Amino acid sequence: MGAGHAHRLYRHGHSPVHGLPPHTKLAAVFTFVVVVVSTPREAMWAFGLYAVLLGVVARYARVPVGFLLKRLLIEVPFVAFAVLMPFVAEGGRVDVLGLSLSVNGLWGAWNVLAKGTLGVAASVLLASTTELRELLLGLQRLKLPPLLVQIASFMIRYGDVITDEMRRMRIARESRGFEARGVRHWGVLAKSAGALFIRSYERGERVHLAMVSRGYTGTMPVIDEVTATRAQWSYAFALPFAALVVCLLGWFL
Amino acid sequence: MHVPDGFIDAPVSAATGVVAASAIAVSLRGARRELDERTAPLAGLVAAFVFAVQMLNFPVAAGTSGHLLGGALAAILVGPFTGVLCVSVVLLVQGILFADGGLTALGVNITDMAIVTTVASYAVFRLLVKVLPRSRRSMSVASFTAALVSVPAAAVAFTLIYAVGGTTDVSLDKVATAMIGVHVLIGLGEAAITALTVSAVIAVRPDLVYGARGLQQRLKLRVNGVLVDAPASTGARTAPVAARTSRRTLWLTGLATSLVLAGFVSFYASSSPDGLEKVAADHGLDKKAAGHAAADSPLADYGVKDVADARLSGGLAGVIGVGATAVAGSAVFWTVRRRRMREVSPASTAVENV
Repeated sequence: MGAGHAHRLYRHGHSPVHGLPPHTKLAAVFTFVVVVVSTPREAMWAFGLYAVLLGVVARYARVPVGFLLKRLLIEVPFVAFAVLMPFVAEGGRVDVLGLSLSVNGLWGAWNVLAKGTLGVAASVLLASTTELRELLLGLQRLKLPPLLVQIASFMIRYGDVITDEMRRMRIARESRGFEARGVRHWGVLAKSAGALFIRSYERGERVHLAMVSRGYTGTMPVIDEVTATRAQWSYAFALPFAALVVCLLGWFL
Repeated sequence: MHVPDGFIDAPVSAATGVVAASAIAVSLRGARRELDERTAPLAGLVAAFVFAVQMLNFPVAAGTSGHLLGGALAAILVGPFTGVLCVSVVLLVQGILFADGGLTALGVNITDMAIVTTVASYAVFRLLVKVLPRSRRSMSVASFTAALVSVPAAAVAFTLIYAVGGTTDVSLDKVATAMIGVHVLIGLGEAAITALTVSAVIAVRPDLVYGARGLQQRLKLRVNGVLVDAPASTGARTAPVAARTSRRTLWLTGLATSLVLAGFVSFYASSSPDGLEKVAADHGLDKKAAGHAAADSPLADYGVKDVADARLSGGLAGVIGVGATAVAGSAVFWTVRRRRMREVSPASTAVENV
């Protein structure tokens, strides 16, 4: 895979975080998110500490703050939902700036916002410090079924190709003077989608034949086995471990 | 509709994770039967297609636009097992790579958007294809209805998951009305686009559409001016010998999962009244409700009589209920299959087993 195959979220670098084996990073991020989710929502300071922890990791990974914040925008639709929550939830009411808000709804909104944002931030850090191919190797190393990893790898490798094919079809439509304006034009768009399916499926058949002619028998050979030393594991798990300490403090304080 | 972290509590997230994992395991085996060793490249490319088609915007009116969710479309085009796999892989990649949907909520998202939509829409689709006459028009009708059902079905499934493990206490009927109301509208759009897309594919390559395999006409030969059926080609699919054992393992896995869910996970289920019961209690409906005929049965109100511990009793009732359902279901299945076996003449099975 050349440089052109790196996904848009990846940020090339040589930081200690970039250098960690992918499966340790995957396991660490997953454990971190589990710990964050199981923290009681009343311990507000704990979530602040989690954010600080992630900030430290971002600094180690040399991921700029602006980059991270821009990626966080993906959860905007969810923020809108969380903002609605205090208005519709049940329970006792409290007056804020002349608005009657539900106390439980405020807690719920805070809960979802804090945990959701931390989860997104952790995933964004993982994606921006790990290459695609490494992520797939990591998933395979974490004993995900090999067939599932293969499907995911084909999806990721050909995702750009198929999306590009869709873009070319759009350009072809537009260069013939077509512009989708409403429900009446769905037929044309659906025909494009149908053609896209046929092209993808036929491409899959061709890819399969090409693989068979190169000796494919249903399993992919593992060329580069990733391994992690004890030091690398403990380095990666510094984040979830610190988070666990915060979480326990949150439960007992 | 991607659920983020922290929206559903931990036990329910874990339980849906188990459901999602076992469904994916079953689908991996099923997809191998649908696609044999071509599974990885084909399912991967179809997943890429689902991923791309979700970005295709369909303008509705005045600047608003919608896009496909793709569960029903995938199920009809490539079969239910491969469909589940493709949509699950899309969700997995979206979760890990694009931070769309929380990592701990992956189980909820897969159960809701990959499994429920695909299974519900494919069940409806098969049923309609059986009932309606064999034609291209009824294919469109069937895919329209299947996609129309799939989106509200996912909304209902989400509401159920929320009812058991939601972390906010927005009242259940509010969530249900909002979710299902909005999603019936989304379902209409999904249905129209799915039906149009499926009929566009059928018009060009009907052999690629998994759900339309029954649509092909038998080859006929004109012998002395009379049309006769051509002998079935020898390249026809042979009945897989292993299907019997794999069906048994499927049955056992399903039974074990239901037992675990009913027996253990129900410990964590909320024992507060469900939405309907709550509405009934709020509006005083339940005062008028007469006792159910089975109210005195040993399993009334999901508990075993004479067992004091509420959780143990609920779990036991769940296990007994699953057992009874499995026995009844298997009995029906066996009877139907034996009758069907008797109907099929020995000659036709001989041809099929070539």
